[in-house]
Amino acid sequence: MAPDTLTRNPDEPVVLPHPYAARDLQPVAAEPESAETQRRRETLLYLDGVSVSFDGFKAINNLSLVLEQGEMRAIIGPNGAGKTTMMDIITGKTRPDTGQVFFRGDIDLTKHDEADIATMGIGRKFQKPTVFESHTVEDNLALALAGTRSVAGTLFTDPAKSGEGRIAEILEVTRLAARRADLAANLSHGQKQWLEIGMLLAQDPKLLLVDEPVAGMTDAETEETARLLKDIARTHSVIVVEHDMHFVRDLGVRVTCLHEGSVLSEGSLDHVSADPRVIEVYLGR
Amino acid sequence: MITTRLFARGFTPGIVITLVLLVAVAILVPVLNLATAPASPFHVPTYIVALTGKYLCYALLALALDLVWGFAGILSLGHGAFFALGGYAMGMYLMRQIGSRGVYGNPVLPDFMVFLNWKELPWYWLGFDQFWFAALMVVLVPGALAFVFGWFAFRSRVTGVYLSIITQAMTYALLLAFFRNDMGFGGNNGLTDFKDILGFNVQADTTRAALFAATALALALGVAVTAAIVGSHFGKLLIAVRDAEPRTRFLGYRPENVKLFAFTVSAVMAGIAGALYVPQVGIINPGEFAPANSIEVVVWTAVGGRGTIIGPIVGALTVNAGKSWFTGALPELWLFALGGLFVAVTLFLPRGIVGTITHGWSALKARRASTTAEDGTDASLAQPAAGE
Repeated sequence: MAPDTLTRNPDEPVVLPHPYAARDLQPVAAEPESAETQRRRETLLYLDGVSVSFDGFKAINNLSLVLEQGEMRAIIGPNGAGKTTMMDIITGKTRPDTGQVFFRGDIDLTKHDEADIATMGIGRKFQKPTVFESHTVEDNLALALAGTRSVAGTLFTDPAKSGEGRIAEILEVTRLAARRADLAANLSHGQKQWLEIGMLLAQDPKLLLVDEPVAGMTDAETEETARLLKDIARTHSVIVVEHDMHFVRDLGVRVTCLHEGSVLSEGSLDHVSADPRVIEVYLGR
Repeated sequence: MITTRLFARGFTPGIVITLVLLVAVAILVPVLNLATAPASPFHVPTYIVALTGKYLCYALLALALDLVWGFAGILSLGHGAFFALGGYAMGMYLMRQIGSRGVYGNPVLPDFMVFLNWKELPWYWLGFDQFWFAALMVVLVPGALAFVFGWFAFRSRVTGVYLSIITQAMTYALLLAFFRNDMGFGGNNGLTDFKDILGFNVQADTTRAALFAATALALALGVAVTAAIVGSHFGKLLIAVRDAEPRTRFLGYRPENVKLFAFTVSAVMAGIAGALYVPQVGIINPGEFAPANSIEVVVWTAVGGRGTIIGPIVGALTVNAGKSWFTGALPELWLFALGGLFVAVTLFLPRGIVGTITHGWSALKARRASTTAEDGTDASLAQPAAGE
């Protein structure tokens, strides 16, 4: 009788594909996302428990920071609080020892290098203005302009021509139109800062990291810069690191105070500056 | 065409004049050598043709170095290696052309292999009896070495003085390797006793004149290629990498690829210079890999003006003309003079000859422009007053 049980019952309809085949097509039920992961997905920048130490010195210590889409954030903190190191971690210059760094929800920034991260849409202005001194203002912007980044691409295209309109716009916004053909080396300190902000604009990143944009500027220039940054923040997310409290007040955004590599206080400037721990850090014990 | 217009930007009046001059030299010198009587005041003696032909090879080598040092900031102290490799590739072709006219009369094996009791041609000598193959190797071998070397060095972010040291080590290692008889490149003696190139006697005046013309045209081509590269958007990027490499990374560029491209193109140019050099001097030996040779190229480039295209050519020609005169008049003092020249240029003429002239010129123009602007008068308005 055994062979009979193996043969197919002729009355039974043939089902193609086999019902079991469909089972494999079913999406594997994803592990339920934790509330934390779901929350992460909605953020632009997400730092959690990030630590990094140099020769035993903890520059960043269990730092957690979240930036929403379209948010502008000011970061303050005394020297050595880890502000610049934090930017180094976000831009891929420094790898954290521990912790998570995510951009736009699920891009793990710790797995990418500077060039990748820059093309993904994070632009950075350095504390010391870093422009290409032996190039003209216009060429500095042309180099920053979003577009090709490959060797062949740069050999055979000319962004200075194709991006002429955009460059003219940026020159107007940064008030450098009159200095278009001058070497960047001959700009004043404040103008170099503005050129670097202009280069950020040309890059058109999703997130701008701006390190001490008003250092060495006159009061009038500082006000102008605050106006410019607020303008930029309407269409971009921005993190500004600054010491100048007037400037931070001008910006009128949420403030994070860093100290010894972690967040000391966060909230409006009034809230933060009223925080006794912040006062202690700034004024000493 | 769009591409032509794109590259046209590098062709400044200075470059165009240089190109015209080089083409004129490529035609005139051979003509004045071959078509005039030796007694004629316009006659160019053959030894001058050979000597200047050699200098033009050096000029192309210096231009190659300038592309990486002057424009990309890579101080290569091993460019002589690419020059020598190109030279060896050409030398191998010339050796195979000797055929059975060698001392031992072996139709296939060069003399030194017969002398070493080798029975058959090593595999890496195959194909070198064909000119096209040798010409391909002249480009490919230095280019491939530079690509592999640069790939590792630039990817590991080796820069500055460390990079200079490893380029120096590279050429020294090749020097030691090529000295060995087992390598199959003629050891200490190198490759020499050449007879023919493309069927023409290498010693003949006409061949020498043709080689001279080829060298001048190769240099013109080198100038054109460098001008096109430097004038393109890539050229701007190259200078940006030279001045602030980390900054370019934060703009999304990969400076290692930028430098790798420039380094490889430069090595190919150096290889071509070496290949043109060997038939004109009649020998290639491991001495060409000597670190001192590579350093000398740096001196030429610095004297002429790095970061300019005409500078390295001027530098190579003047320093080598000086060397020919000096080694004739005061042979034992030449190295002191060369060292002194380098120190003097670094201290007093950091832009080099051409760099100082062009910088002085543009500074003068800028000063004139600012004076005119201050006076509030235009030069054209001042003209009639002067005529009264």
